[in-house]
Parts: sequence; C-alpha cells; structure tokens
Amino acid sequence: MAIQEFIAPKSLTEAQSVIARGGDAACLAGGTDLLVGIRLGMRDPNRVIDLKHIPELTALEVGTDQLFIGAAASAYDILHNSEIASLCPGLADALDLIGSTQIQGRCSAGGNLCNASPAADSIPALIANAAVCRILGNSGERMLPVEEFLVGPGQNALNDDELLVQLILPKPAPGTSDTYLRLTPRTEMDIAVAGTGISITLDTAGVCTAARVAIGAVAPTALLVEAAGQALIGSKLEDNAVAGAVAAARAASSPISDKRGTAEYRTHVVGVLVKRAIQRAQARINAGAKA
Amino acid sequence: MNTPLNKLPIQAVINGEPKMFLAAPGQILADVLRDELELIGTKIGCNTGDCGACSVLVNDRLVCSCLVLAAEVEGQSVQTIEGIADGAVLHPVQQKLLEHGGLQCGICTPGVVVAAKALLDSNPNPTEEQARYWLAGNLCRCTGYDKIIHAVLDAAKVIREGAAS
Repeated sequence: MAIQEFIAPKSLTEAQSVIARGGDAACLAGGTDLLVGIRLGMRDPNRVIDLKHIPELTALEVGTDQLFIGAAASAYDILHNSEIASLCPGLADALDLIGSTQIQGRCSAGGNLCNASPAADSIPALIANAAVCRILGNSGERMLPVEEFLVGPGQNALNDDELLVQLILPKPAPGTSDTYLRLTPRTEMDIAVAGTGISITLDTAGVCTAARVAIGAVAPTALLVEAAGQALIGSKLEDNAVAGAVAAARAASSPISDKRGTAEYRTHVVGVLVKRAIQRAQARINAGAKA
Repeated sequence: MNTPLNKLPIQAVINGEPKMFLAAPGQILADVLRDELELIGTKIGCNTGDCGACSVLVNDRLVCSCLVLAAEVEGQSVQTIEGIADGAVLHPVQQKLLEHGGLQCGICTPGVVVAAKALLDSNPNPTEEQARYWLAGNLCRCTGYDKIIHAVLDAAKVIREGAAS
C-alpha cells in the first residue's frame, strides 16, 4: 500500500478541513471495501481519513420522529441497538446478511451506500425506509434521498469536498413493517443475485396506506419502484395488488447476465422476492398488532 | 514505498499489556502483530477478509486483522490467539478442539479459537445453527467443520458448568 498519511479527525470541522486539502484521499469507516480495494489494486489513495472518531459519524439515535444512523457506525452496533433493530427489522435483516461476523464488526451502512454496489444488501432496505443522506460539504449541508445518492455501479453523488455524515430515517408509523429478502446460492457469505427491501403500512382494517418497494442487484443501482408501492396502496394486499407490485418490480429491472444468474432469471426472481417480502412484512405487522 | 520517516508511533493494549510500536500509515494490523510484535499465532490467509484466519478482538469486537489498519488501534485493546489461554491452561475452546480433533493443518485454528471465544463470551449457550453462522467467516479446508462445531458446543457446556459451579 502506498498510503503516506493516516489522519483521524475528531470533529466534522476538522474532517472538512482535512478533506478540503484535496489530493487523493480516501475516507475510512469499516474498511471492508476500501482496504480490500487497495489490496486488489483498485484503489491507491495516499491519505486515509479515519471517520470513526467523529461523534456524528458513529452515533445511533432514536428521536421523536426520526432515526439517525451515523454513516460510519458498524453493522454490529446497529444490529445491537435494540430500538433501531425492532423499529426497522428489515434493515436489520439486511445488515445481518452482509459478510461474516468479522465483517459485520467493521462494515457500516454509510460505507455500504457510498460503495454503491448494485448488489449491496443494506441499500434496498434503506430506500424502503425512505432514508435520506445528510451530506456536509464546503457550501454547507444538503439532504439527498438514498435512491438519488446512487449514480451508477460504484458511483455515488458525493462531490470531492463532501462527506456522508448520517442516514436519517423517518420513524416508522404505527402499523408499519419492513423486510429485506435476497437470493443467494449459499445461505451466508454470498452476494445477492437479486434482492428487495419493502416497507408497508397497514391501517387497523388491514388497508395499505403507504408502501415503498426497492429492488437490488437487478439494475446498475438499487432502485425505488414507485409503481410497485402504488399497486399496493389502497389494497388489503390481495393477490391482484401483490401481482401488480410484482409486475412493476420486474418491469423496472434491467439486470445483467453473469456467473450469478442470467438476466431472465434475476428478473423472475426479483418478482418472487417482492411477493414474499410483502407477505413477510404483512405477517410482521399482524404479529405486532397481536402482541 | 513507506519509509521509517512517516511511521506513526501507536500505543495500544495488546493481550492485556500496554505496548508501543511503529506502524506505517498503510500497514495492516495483521502485519504489525506478526512482524513488529512477533505475535505470529495470528495467520494471514486471504488478506481480503474472506477466510477469518487473521481474526482478533479489537475492544472485544471480532474483526479480521487484515482489514484493520494498525494506526486505527491507537488507544484500543487488541486480543490475539496468544492472549486466549490462561498461562499453561488452555481455554475450553482450545481444549475441546484438541479433544475433538477439530484441526488438522492448523492454519485456520487461531482464527477459529478467537472467533469461537468471542461467540461464547457473548452467548455461552449457542444453538448449533448460531455457532455455524457465527463461524461462517472462518474457513477450514481440512475438517469439514463438524468437528469444530462439536468442539465449540462442547466448550460452551464446559463454560456454562464452570459458571454454575
């Protein structure tokens, strides 16, 4: 590695001034993508900025209306935050599917997002939860929905002077649950062939009042499929409404064929996953209502 | 290449003892443990976080030391395989791996021991499924895993009985 400098800023202000120095710097959270990228010769930064000493970047907070997930907080920390894990079980499902115990001890939701893999597990779950990126740059702060943060495979919307600080999620309304499901050839330590994150809200009569459906590994970036959510809203998740969501998810897919699956297979499977995810979220809401 | 000029002085608690060492800004923890601190029990397999041979605990958190920069452990505590046994008394995970024949070539074993200890520290009564998922990041090409899992579950029993007595 040709890293010449290691810096661990202790505040956002300090981090900004380090980033403003420009040059070939790389931000380090858990390092599970960055250090592998360096090892494989795909990255060659001369400066590494460790973000884990900046309180905003590692804190997890549950506010009155919003959840705040520090961009560098590890999957392990998020999974062991019982409030966040119970409010967003689908996000927890997704984080718990990333890599091994060792990887989860380091990897972060913010890093998974910035790395912008089409197959990233946590991204569809974040989109389903309507997560917004809090971004800090030279000209101040801006907020960007996760689905707009993704530009292409491995590409995100951050400018050179910008830092992803937090992911901000609206606190799920009563009667809401989320789910993340993926297909992999093995049960763990594998990369999604297709994935879906969904969030649905049911009123006391079981009518769907809000729904967000996101799909992963079937397009250059994870996608929010608005038409799939619309197909569910107003229904009681009857077969024809679910079929509408499934069709919309498949229509939004434009996967590649590779060693993990053909485009046709992925398009089919993402629909199956959407259907199962809706059923699972519905079951979670019903279980919560009984509890 | 990194020269000694840009090496950083790092202070950390290694296996319970305060240590100070020099690390290049891009040097990984696994290399520092082995090359600077002569703690060669930690093995390097894949160097990309896939095999778990280099597993250590940083502030009691199980991580791959090939995916941690040495500079990151400034002020933190690191536990390696060398810190698992209590002097000449093996940790129950080590003892049971011996008894069950849960190792052959031994390259994965230090990582398996550290990972299994971390599991039993947080959950002394894991199900077989929980143990298998927890250890999914520790690859072993010799044993077929069954003997490792049996040893870990047996060690859990020893630990529970020890806590109860």
